[in-house]
Amino acid sequence: MRVLNAAWVVARKDLRAELRTKETLNASLSFALVILLLFSFILDPDSQTMRAMSGGLLWLVFMFAGALILNRSFARELPNDCLEALIASPASGAELFLGKCVASFILLLVVEVICLPVFGIFYNVRWTRQTGLLIAVLLLGGWALTVIGTLFSALTVNLRLRELMLPTLIYPFLVPALMAAIQLTNVLIGGDTLERDDYIWFRVLIGFDVIFSLLGLALAESVFVG
Amino acid sequence: MAAVAIGGVWKYYGDYPALRDITFDVEAGSCIALLGRNGAGKTTLLKIIAGLSRAAKGKIQILNGDARTRAVRRRIGLLGHGIGVYEELSARENLEFFARLQEAPDPRKTAAEWLERTGLSISRDTLVREFSRGMRQRLAVGRAFLHDPELLLLDEPFTALDDRAIELLQNLLSAARARGATIIMSTHQLREALELASGVVLINRGSVGYHGPRTAEMLADPGWLYRHYGEA
Repeated sequence: MRVLNAAWVVARKDLRAELRTKETLNASLSFALVILLLFSFILDPDSQTMRAMSGGLLWLVFMFAGALILNRSFARELPNDCLEALIASPASGAELFLGKCVASFILLLVVEVICLPVFGIFYNVRWTRQTGLLIAVLLLGGWALTVIGTLFSALTVNLRLRELMLPTLIYPFLVPALMAAIQLTNVLIGGDTLERDDYIWFRVLIGFDVIFSLLGLALAESVFVG
Repeated sequence: MAAVAIGGVWKYYGDYPALRDITFDVEAGSCIALLGRNGAGKTTLLKIIAGLSRAAKGKIQILNGDARTRAVRRRIGLLGHGIGVYEELSARENLEFFARLQEAPDPRKTAAEWLERTGLSISRDTLVREFSRGMRQRLAVGRAFLHDPELLLLDEPFTALDDRAIELLQNLLSAARARGATIIMSTHQLREALELASGVVLINRGSVGYHGPRTAEMLADPGWLYRHYGEA
């Protein structure tokens, strides 16, 4: 309970600061919407190819927009040396990591919730046919991006080229989760029923989330203190 | 009893040894002025004591424990180079946030008390980004002291403070000493530091040049210590 309480204190602080400035949300949301808009000019919404790659397109948008959110996760602690004050507090590395994950995850969900209907309109896709399962994929895929991104955001926070380094580092790690999320999203948006084989991708996503969440919690203290 | 026990601590930045075999104890309830020229290693040492950085070699005991344990960190107050408060939050939100992290029984009450003590009650709901420099500094002092820490680590605490903030900090440090808190402060302002200090540690290029009580000679002539024990 103590871990969850401390993590929520950190997450609430980040969300409150973000609601005041809206700098991360505005940047990632406008970036995501611009990509969706530009690709809608290039791709024919009625083509079969479009349907086959719609999941991939959607997740690329989330990955790029998510990188902007995750870049700010620890960068917002740099002014006034707030990161030092945070690490010196009684909150453990795991609690700080979890709090940062929760805040970034909520911001990413906001981007996903706004982008999904826009995606449906621009690409003529009926994404509401299997909403429950699609939400599960968005949650699992979003959490995968968040845990990996938060861990590397902490590692790269003091680098001068962190905006470039973070995506370069996280995308290779995310390949298994990205593949699973894309496969499942393609099936669900296409209106097909999930076959027995498709559930393997769910297991991949869940396994990925569990393993990297535990790894992040275990490594957080070393990442913060060095 | 030693509040801080440092034995053979080394710290490297790349190949460069920033701290070389640092060894000294700080008795509980004492006030230590950590002196040294720029780049001597004062901030590095304070960071290691605060648990913000790990030593490459050596042993360090803080309040009879490891600085990275929750129980010990709850008893440490740190005022570093930066003020450590958030620009996008109000003064009240900042203090409530840190009071919650310190697991204060009533974070709102604690924040309200410290807003009063730092003279920021009237601006409690103003965002820190709208504060003057002096107000930010007082808020930072409140943040570092709000949990009545047993060990205070202060890095250049008097640098760039305005008159009100200096007075506040001096009063809080006197009160902390009166209740038996241990204070370690690195500073260049010798006179202010030596007036408060009961002991002195002088760091010369990462090594201890002097460790002992603050003497009458130091108080009469702050440059005396550097002339007798400073680097050649």
